[in-house]
Amino acid sequence: MKLITAVVKPHRLDEIKEALQAFGVQGLTVTEASGYGRQRGHTEVYRGAEYTVDLVPKIRIEVLVEDDDADQVLEVVVKAARTGKIGDGKVWSVPVETAIRVRTGERGPDAL
Amino acid sequence: MPPGITIAADAPELSAANTGFMLICSALVMLMTPGLAFFYGGMVRVKSTLNMLMMSFISLGIVTILWVLYGFSIAFGTDHGSLFGWESDYVGLSGLGVNQLWDGYTIPVYVFAVFQLMFAIITPALISGALADRVKFTAWALFVALWATIVYFPVAHWVWGTGGWAFELGVIDFAGGTAVHVNAGAAALGVILVIGKRVGFKKDPMRPHSLPLVMLGAALLWFGWFGFNAGSWLGNDDGVGALMFVNTQVATAAAMLAWLLYEKIRHGAFTTLGAASGAVAGLVAITPAGGSCSPLGAIAIGAIAGLLCAMAVGLKFRFGFDDSLDVVGVHLVGGVAGSILVGFFATGGGQSKAQGLFYGGGLEQLWKQLAGVGAVLAYSLIASAVLALLIDRTIGMRVGEDDEVAGIDQVEHAETAYDFSGAGGGTAPRTTVVPAPVADSAQAPAQTQQNKKVDA
Repeated sequence: MKLITAVVKPHRLDEIKEALQAFGVQGLTVTEASGYGRQRGHTEVYRGAEYTVDLVPKIRIEVLVEDDDADQVLEVVVKAARTGKIGDGKVWSVPVETAIRVRTGERGPDAL
Repeated sequence: MPPGITIAADAPELSAANTGFMLICSALVMLMTPGLAFFYGGMVRVKSTLNMLMMSFISLGIVTILWVLYGFSIAFGTDHGSLFGWESDYVGLSGLGVNQLWDGYTIPVYVFAVFQLMFAIITPALISGALADRVKFTAWALFVALWATIVYFPVAHWVWGTGGWAFELGVIDFAGGTAVHVNAGAAALGVILVIGKRVGFKKDPMRPHSLPLVMLGAALLWFGWFGFNAGSWLGNDDGVGALMFVNTQVATAAAMLAWLLYEKIRHGAFTTLGAASGAVAGLVAITPAGGSCSPLGAIAIGAIAGLLCAMAVGLKFRFGFDDSLDVVGVHLVGGVAGSILVGFFATGGGQSKAQGLFYGGGLEQLWKQLAGVGAVLAYSLIASAVLALLIDRTIGMRVGEDDEVAGIDQVEHAETAYDFSGAGGGTAPRTTVVPAPVADSAQAPAQTQQNKKVDA
C-alpha cells in the first residue's frame, strides 16, 4: 500500500476530489494547512508598510491506495491540482506497512 | 463658533428650522465617535480590538459629564484673560431657560452646548489611536478627564470663545482643524514620546485585523462629518452651511484619490486602508478651511492633504516613535495642512471676509493661521506629555509586558472580541459559568463552589 499526500491550493479541492472519485478512490482525508515553497508567500502593503506573508493557506489531502494504483493516482492528483501558476504545491507517496478498517478489523488492501 | 460672525441688529428669534438642523447635526457628530472606534478597532490586531473600541467609547461617558459640570463654562463662558472662560449659569447647565438663545444666533444655548459637547468627546478619542495595545484602561480614563479639562476646554475657548486670543486675532478654524485635529495629533505625539513603543514594534507584523471594520468606521466618520462641518455655522440661513457641506464632500473625494494614486505609484497597489485613510485625511484638512474656500479650492486642499498624509505615515518608522494608528500622520499633518492652506485659499466670500494669498489677501491671514496652529501644537504637545508623565509616575500608563503580549482585551476588559472556538467542534477550551452572587446568602456560597471557574 501507499499513502499519497498532496499539499495544494485550497480552491483545487473540488477538482481533485472529483478526479479521484472518477478514478475509483474510495475515501480521502482533507486537512487545512499552511506553508510555502520556493516563492515564499506574498507581500501585503498597509499604509506603505510592507508585510511579507510567508505561510500561505493550503490544503493537505491524504489517500491510501494499493501499490499498483499509486503512480496513476499521483498523475490524477497532479493533473487536477495544476493551474500552471506559482504555488501549485507538491504531491508525494510513501510506503505504508499496514492499514486497518476500525469497524470490521479488516487489514491491508481489504481495509481500503 | 466661527469667527467673522455678524450679529443681526434686531435680537434674533428662535428658529425652528435651525434648531432642528442643529439637533440633527449634533447627533451626526455623536456618531463620529463610535465611527472612529471602528476605524481604529479594525486597524489593531485581534487581541486589542475591544480595548480600541472602549478607548473611544469611554470618552462619551467621561467628557459628557465633565462638559455639563464645568467644560462648557470653561470653553464658552465669559472670557478671563483671553485664556479661559467661566460662567456660573453654565455650570451644570443649570441656569438656562429652555428657549434661551445662544448669543447672536437663532438656536437655544442647550443646542449649542450639546453640539459643542460632541466635539469635546471625539477630540480625546482621536488621541487613542496612537496608544493602541499598551495603555492601562484606568490610566487612559484618567488621562481623558485631565486632558479635556486642562487642554481641550481652554483651547476651544482660545479658538472659538468670544475673547479667546486666537478668536480675537482672527485665526480661522471653521469646524476644528486647530482645536480638534492639531490639538489631538500633537497630544498623541506628546503621549507616545512618554510611553514608548509597543512590544515588537518594527519586528513583529502588526497588520490590521479587519479592513471591513476600518471601511465601516471611515464611512461613518465621513457621514457624521457633514454634521461636524455643515453644522458649525450654527444654522443655515445664508448658505454657508451648504457651502461647507459641498466642500466637505469634494475635499474628501480628492484626498482619497490622491492617497490612492500615491500608493499605486509608490507601492504598486490601490489599498483599502489607503482609501479609508485618504478620506479621513481629506475630512481633517477641510475642517478648518471649508467655510472660507471655494469648491475648487477644496479639491486642491483635499488633494494636497491626501498626498502629504500618505507620505507622513511612514515617518514613524523613520524616526522610531510608535504612533500605532498614525494619529500624527493623519490628524496632526492633515490638520496643520488644512489650517495653513486657509491662508492661501480663503476667498473672502464665505464665513469670513479674510482673503488668502491666492485671492489677493497677502500674507496676513497666513501668519494668523501659523500663529494659531503653532500655539495649539506646542501647548497640547507639552501639556499632554506632562500629563502622561504624571500619570505614569503615579498609577503607571502601561500594562505589563506579558499582558501586552497576551492581549490587552483579556487583561483589561476580561473579554475577547471574537469567539473562534465554535467552528472547531470539540476543541474549544472548557469554561464554566460562575453565576453572579444572589441575594439569598444561604444558597450563594454552595452554588459558587460547585461552579468553580476553569481557566482556559
